[in-house]
Amino acid sequence: MTAPVAPASIVVDIRNLWSIFRVAGRDIVVHEDLNLQIERGELVSLVGGSGSGKTVMLRSILGLETPTRGSVSVLGRPAAQLSDAGAASRVGMLFQHGALFSAFSVLDNIAFPLRELRQLPDGLIRDAALVKLQMVGLDVIHAHKMPSDLSGGMIKRVALARALIMDPPLLLLDEPTAGLDPDSADAFCALIRSLHRELGLTVVMVTHDLDTLYELSTRVAVLADKHVIVHGMPKDVIAFPHPFIHDFFLGQRGQRAMELLREYPFAV
Amino acid sequence: MDESSPRLQSQSSPTGWQVTLSGSWAAADLARSAVWSGLQRSIDALVPQARGAKGSWDLRAIDRLDHTGAQLLWNAWGRRWPAQVQASPAQRAMLDRVARFSVAPPQEQSLSALQRFLRLGELVYKVVDHGRDLLRLIGQLLLDIVRLLRAPRDGPWRDVSGQLYRIGATALPITALVGFLIGVVLAYLMSQQLRKFGADAFIVDVLGIALIRELAPVLAAILIAGRSGSSITAQIGVMRVTEELDAMRVMGIAQGYRLVMPRAIAMAIAMPLITVWTTLAALLGGILAADLSMGISPAYFITALPPTVDVANLTLAMCKAMVFGVLIALVGCHYGLRVKPNTESLGEGTTASVVTSITGVILVDALFAVLFKDVGI
Repeated sequence: MTAPVAPASIVVDIRNLWSIFRVAGRDIVVHEDLNLQIERGELVSLVGGSGSGKTVMLRSILGLETPTRGSVSVLGRPAAQLSDAGAASRVGMLFQHGALFSAFSVLDNIAFPLRELRQLPDGLIRDAALVKLQMVGLDVIHAHKMPSDLSGGMIKRVALARALIMDPPLLLLDEPTAGLDPDSADAFCALIRSLHRELGLTVVMVTHDLDTLYELSTRVAVLADKHVIVHGMPKDVIAFPHPFIHDFFLGQRGQRAMELLREYPFAV
Repeated sequence: MDESSPRLQSQSSPTGWQVTLSGSWAAADLARSAVWSGLQRSIDALVPQARGAKGSWDLRAIDRLDHTGAQLLWNAWGRRWPAQVQASPAQRAMLDRVARFSVAPPQEQSLSALQRFLRLGELVYKVVDHGRDLLRLIGQLLLDIVRLLRAPRDGPWRDVSGQLYRIGATALPITALVGFLIGVVLAYLMSQQLRKFGADAFIVDVLGIALIRELAPVLAAILIAGRSGSSITAQIGVMRVTEELDAMRVMGIAQGYRLVMPRAIAMAIAMPLITVWTTLAALLGGILAADLSMGISPAYFITALPPTVDVANLTLAMCKAMVFGVLIALVGCHYGLRVKPNTESLGEGTTASVVTSITGVILVDALFAVLFKDVGI
């Protein structure tokens, strides 16, 4: 690789990323020369308007999308190699709708990445999956239920347990609190915060929910005009002069959510 | 074994057994096949004293411990803390978490003999439930058709024509190919047998009756059941999964009128037409094979066909095809509407729909054969 070598504390390193899609003969540029470095232990929120390329960026980090130009490396390796065998031990992804395997029970869903190693004994796998099930705040009585019998909040928790089963150092969340009622959303935020602290995870999260953003993020990266226009502590980001930031953070909803800032002083 | 492999060394000391761990005790490293079997052996080989209360464990040399590794240790310790554990605070926190959450797995509910017996009864109820649903669907279809006849201008004609194209027009190539090949095969086999009796000319009767009356309608129906019956179930089933059916109901759009009836009408029109098309292709194949294998000229075949095969056979075939079509559409819709909002149920429903409609087609065909045994022969 010709790109400069990142220091070991950088988990996600996006350099000069161009994402261009060809739709109906027209090139649509989503990212233009985008740079972003995420350090170990941070809890970064990606925000941006609809269609600003947040999900494409998340998919690029996961290696599901190949950059048109530029490089994305995760944990010191190109993102394209991320989904090779054993990916679950490098990165965990919480999809927006959970993406649980509907043919498996809750316990089998969580245990799936461990079972796929085809080496560990069943008893150990089951114990490990049960521990993760309880770590995300679910009772063991749900272990044999099918995904179709679960509520939205429970699906997200099970999906989180599955993402964490091999203790990956990097966790990606796509709209973690979308579709949850306020109580479940608060509980889910508290869960992510405690897991982040206890397991020393690096978390990258796409969210539109300002409450979630203020409650969790140690850093905020704002995507607009095909770039990351600013990346820093929440209070610095709010102060950045840009029309999108003004509308997003200082609109009516933003003012209300800002109250939270006084309660949670950025520290984790 | 490289640097990152999990390693375990034990030795006896005056104060008890000393166990020292090193390497990476993370799931991905543990699960390498060479590593796991060796590790399993060395854990099993540990003397009971080392595992029990007198053991002294040193985890500080471990590079990376994850919850799976911690679970492995906790299970090896018999789920209680050994006398002495030297570990970093992070390792201790992880072991604490594993210790707190290690519980006996909940029992999967197993069925008692009585429950198994009751399951049989449930099966009967299920069949009755299917029958009632299907009956309701037929009744609703009749009501919808009455409604359509009262106000034909307001009918869902766009849906009907769309379905006609998808069910009928796009099925033409495959039905023609299958029909043609069956005609060829049948003519060849028959020609061998008929020649033994010197009854070459009867090939026209045999092919005419068999293809027009039985084979072409049933073949076409089976192909359409596999092709369009499954797609009807899948379409409606996906609408259930994505809540489109509920959206329709909320908007006050009748499902029977907009989903079931257009498909039933399209099937009722398309099936007889496809049957004619399949019959023609099969006869073409038969004529060709008869010409090649027995020297019966196409001109003779075509002039001899009308007197030998009564036109009632064709009428019967058309009626059958129409019934098959409505049957396939209704079975497809029935299973589609019963799909539950999950992907597994969608797959089950589609399979059940195809199996049921093919079985139904053959049953109805047998019924027709018995009822109309005096017609056209």
